[in-house]
Amino acid sequence: METIGIWLASLLTICILTFLYKDNPLYKFAEHLFVGISAAYWAAYSFHNILRPNLIQPLFIEGDLRFVVALALGIMMLMRLAPRAGWLSRWPLAFIVGTYSGYYFITYLQTNAVEQVRATLIPFVQVVSWRVFFRDPGLMTFLNAIAVPVMVIGVITGIIYFFFSREHKGVFGGLAKTGIWFLMVAFGASFGYTVMARISLLIGRMLFILRDWLGVIS
Amino acid sequence: MSIVERLEKLDRRLIFVLILLAVVIPLVRPIGFKIEVSEPVQQLYEAIESLNPGSRVIISCDYDPSTMPEIYPMNQALARHCFSRDLKIVGMGLWPQGVPLGQASMEQAAEEYGKSYGVDYVNLGFKAGGIVVVSSVAENIPATYPQDYAGRPVSELPIMDGVRNFDNIELIISLSAGDPGVREWVMIGQGRYGKTVGAGVTAVSAPAFYPYLQAGQLVGMMGGMKGAAEYEILMEGTGTASRGMDAQSVAHGLIIFFILFANFFYLVGRRKMPWKR
Amino acid sequence: MKKQIPLLITFVAGMVMLVQYFIPHRPFSEVYRLFNQWYLVVAVFAMILGIGNLIKIHSVRLRRRGSGWQYSIVLLCSLGVMGVAGLGWGIERGGFFDYLYWNMYYPLSSTMFALLAFFVASASYRAFRARTAEATLLLASAILVMLGRVPLGNYLWDRLPLLGDWIMSYPNMAGQRAIMIGIALGVVSTSLRIILGIERTYLAGR
Repeated sequence: METIGIWLASLLTICILTFLYKDNPLYKFAEHLFVGISAAYWAAYSFHNILRPNLIQPLFIEGDLRFVVALALGIMMLMRLAPRAGWLSRWPLAFIVGTYSGYYFITYLQTNAVEQVRATLIPFVQVVSWRVFFRDPGLMTFLNAIAVPVMVIGVITGIIYFFFSREHKGVFGGLAKTGIWFLMVAFGASFGYTVMARISLLIGRMLFILRDWLGVIS
Repeated sequence: MSIVERLEKLDRRLIFVLILLAVVIPLVRPIGFKIEVSEPVQQLYEAIESLNPGSRVIISCDYDPSTMPEIYPMNQALARHCFSRDLKIVGMGLWPQGVPLGQASMEQAAEEYGKSYGVDYVNLGFKAGGIVVVSSVAENIPATYPQDYAGRPVSELPIMDGVRNFDNIELIISLSAGDPGVREWVMIGQGRYGKTVGAGVTAVSAPAFYPYLQAGQLVGMMGGMKGAAEYEILMEGTGTASRGMDAQSVAHGLIIFFILFANFFYLVGRRKMPWKR
Repeated sequence: MKKQIPLLITFVAGMVMLVQYFIPHRPFSEVYRLFNQWYLVVAVFAMILGIGNLIKIHSVRLRRRGSGWQYSIVLLCSLGVMGVAGLGWGIERGGFFDYLYWNMYYPLSSTMFALLAFFVASASYRAFRARTAEATLLLASAILVMLGRVPLGNYLWDRLPLLGDWIMSYPNMAGQRAIMIGIALGVVSTSLRIILGIERTYLAGR
């Protein structure tokens, strides 16, 4: 069974890789197979990990009638598939959207705004770092000495760039331009990491093909 | 067409072949480049080292097979590290695809260290809802997960004795390929409940989490296959991630060559044809 | 009424989540826990809705012999087989469902995304041009980080990994933090608009 499984996995891998030459029936077959399997996977896990322990068990076996509301909202969600009763799905949708909005309002503000500002408010001049630089001048000691000013200026000018209610002219425009430079460094770093991620995924597949299927490497 | 224009419009299938060779050749013939450990990975390692035996660690497998080459080695290394320190693992997932991956990594490590399911580790399974699940777990784990991923009541599992909520958890690690994932664990786990949170993320999302690292909201972070390789080095072993670093190096070198090569001809072309600017 | 009740539901759900954050005592804590439990169930039905929609679209395509109808058979059959395996026999390790996961789902998913490596290489050669000073800075940052994050960088110059780490920890972090703060402010304002019923686009349609 394991051998059949490895061959099955390898053939499906090759079906997908044929897309590199051009779109073809083998790729389309594998793509549709993937979509079907994914959907069924979600359905199976949804039933076993959520519906059974969090709805069927408390409502039908333990008799907790509060879960009738959850069941009702769930059925109303499915009404979206029916042309005339589709408006009923707005109720559970409103519940989901309202809950999420309530959560994110506080947590985003605290974690991604207030805490980030707090972490930026550190001494601009790091005396210890400058002492280390003057004692042992070099590229890395210099970069460590200017690290905090670079960070603070980067955050402030980056935020200034995103303020579009005022025209980016004069001193304000100059600060916004500096912000763009920091954002370009961030995007370049993101691109570099994205390349690393994509190559890693290819390495993973090639390891499978060379090691598990062809046995070329141990 | 001049040579400059021909090189600029090179058939992309040739590029595909070169990338394939850049990855395959170092896998077949390893070069043996040395891997240095970075500070964020070291910090995560030390966070686990500082825990007392018997402490419970949540490992949330918030990823899927498409990011397995990057995150699965992290999962394996973490499971091995936790078991080597006699820590107890409470596995779960905000993504359904992560549940069997987490289970496989814990089973492999358990076999190596003689650990048992239900006593030393558990897989609570998947729940939908992202931040709502994290909030729910923070308040009451048994109410959120009355059964484990295979349908066994958690009340019957020794590892869950006395485990009610985040008060009984010493460390949370999210292995995340996107949303929901690290952000939700930081926002609720660290932001609201003050728990120590670590992360293992794909290289695509790693740059965006550096603010959390600097602010102390994350205790440490592994980023991409390199991060996994670094953790494997700290665990004094080699695995899939370390194996792939030679191929990663050569492929990066090739892509940098592509960028510089193409830009050289672009700039040469611009000089010869200034009206094209 | 078709719009008023949903707006009321949004307001109540949002306000419960907000208030319990500051008053984590009864009755808000009890209502909060109940809403959490309900949410887990309703979110699953949203997923079931998505699956139902997928089945509906492909069934219609099959019936009408639309473009690519043969592939709809593949999709529906694979959905059926995997669904029966999972719902009928369970999802435990070692079962048929688990076998299909590791030998079909995993290779298909991994390879689909592994294709991106080829396209990113092609894009790097064919599209990535230093047309402006900003683009050049982006390129330079990308190259330094790409070299710094692999052992090759350490082999070429032992300072490269440190330089790469410095770029990630300071200028990159500053740019990412600026974006993060901007997004957070946007999320906060949008959430407030949704809770107060000013933003109603999620109610559009039937």
